[in-house]
Amino acid sequence: MSTAVIILLGIGVAFNFLGTVALYRFPDVYTRLHGTTKCTTFGSIFTSAAVVVFALERYFATGEGRFTTLTVHVIIAIFALLISNATGAHAIARSAHRSGVMPKYAVVDRLAEDHRKKGGVSA
Amino acid sequence: MVIFVLSVATYLLLAWSGGGIDPIEVGIAVALGGVMAGLARAWNPERSWTLAGLNPLRWITFILYLFLPFLWGMIKANFDVAFRVITGKIRPGIVRIDSGLKGSLAQTMLANSITLTPGTLTVDVDDSGETGIFYVHWINVTDENPPEQKVYGSFGKWARRVAE
Amino acid sequence: MTDSIFAWAAIITGLCALLMMGRLVAGPTIPDRVVALDSINTLVIALMIMLAVVYDSVVMVDVAIVYAALSFVGTMFLARHVEGGV
Repeated sequence: MSTAVIILLGIGVAFNFLGTVALYRFPDVYTRLHGTTKCTTFGSIFTSAAVVVFALERYFATGEGRFTTLTVHVIIAIFALLISNATGAHAIARSAHRSGVMPKYAVVDRLAEDHRKKGGVSA
Repeated sequence: MVIFVLSVATYLLLAWSGGGIDPIEVGIAVALGGVMAGLARAWNPERSWTLAGLNPLRWITFILYLFLPFLWGMIKANFDVAFRVITGKIRPGIVRIDSGLKGSLAQTMLANSITLTPGTLTVDVDDSGETGIFYVHWINVTDENPPEQKVYGSFGKWARRVAE
Repeated sequence: MTDSIFAWAAIITGLCALLMMGRLVAGPTIPDRVVALDSINTLVIALMIMLAVVYDSVVMVDVAIVYAALSFVGTMFLARHVEGGV
């Protein structure tokens, strides 16, 4: 009955853990943002999808209305998570670059070059 | 208008609990939607009361986009990042891309798609010129002046189709 | 049976969030700390959605939606602060 739920939860928790590892393993802000944003968003979507599958199973088994409510609310939460995480990551990256935290080990940094060309402030 | 409809729909979905909906709830939803639309207009007076954002063809394209290329890109992105977390092979850098997108909605959509798909993260957008120029942090730089296709594949085309 | 699986998943997610606290305390630069805080927020939202099943209450999901909105505003504010605007 709940094999799908277990698989979805397993994938989700694994990716959440991978996001935690990425936070410690990568060398600078930008690469850390890569790891944490993608892994935690993906993992959270999978654990929430497990909740949706569980609620739908219970709804078809019992026919109680509160399980449809759970499904709809979780789907709205997933959309809120998708939009707010991507935008938040973009905001953090932009503010980090503007406040002068440069990417480590970068082979090329066009943004800093263009700043210097325009005569803007660049650390 | 889009904001009004989206607010009303979200409120009704949150208030709906399996059965019917009270007429009072619909009234509250319409009132709150009006408040949201008015606030958005006060924030950005150039917004017009058009129905252009409600074109059903665009919404169908958007949903298709969400479930086909975007979901696939996200799955690839996560396995890519997982691989890099475990092996530690990175070659980061910030590259410049001229997206050729004019509207701010299309640019927002492309920036969010870039952030959630393989190996790329939008750092800054310069929209002072004719079209938006994206500065993208790329975790595995293979080309210092890359073409659009190489960084984000077909997302530019999709963003143009949905939001322009 | 399924409830206990959700409980275990929630426990592991909570432990991951606790582990992230290390980067929040130690992060060499302020943006590092903001990144850690943002990730903790995401994990807490996932945790709340799973606890909604464990405690069998839909209200938890509503709390998670509000928490998502508030954490988004918080991240934006911190980003502006780091940039030097506020």
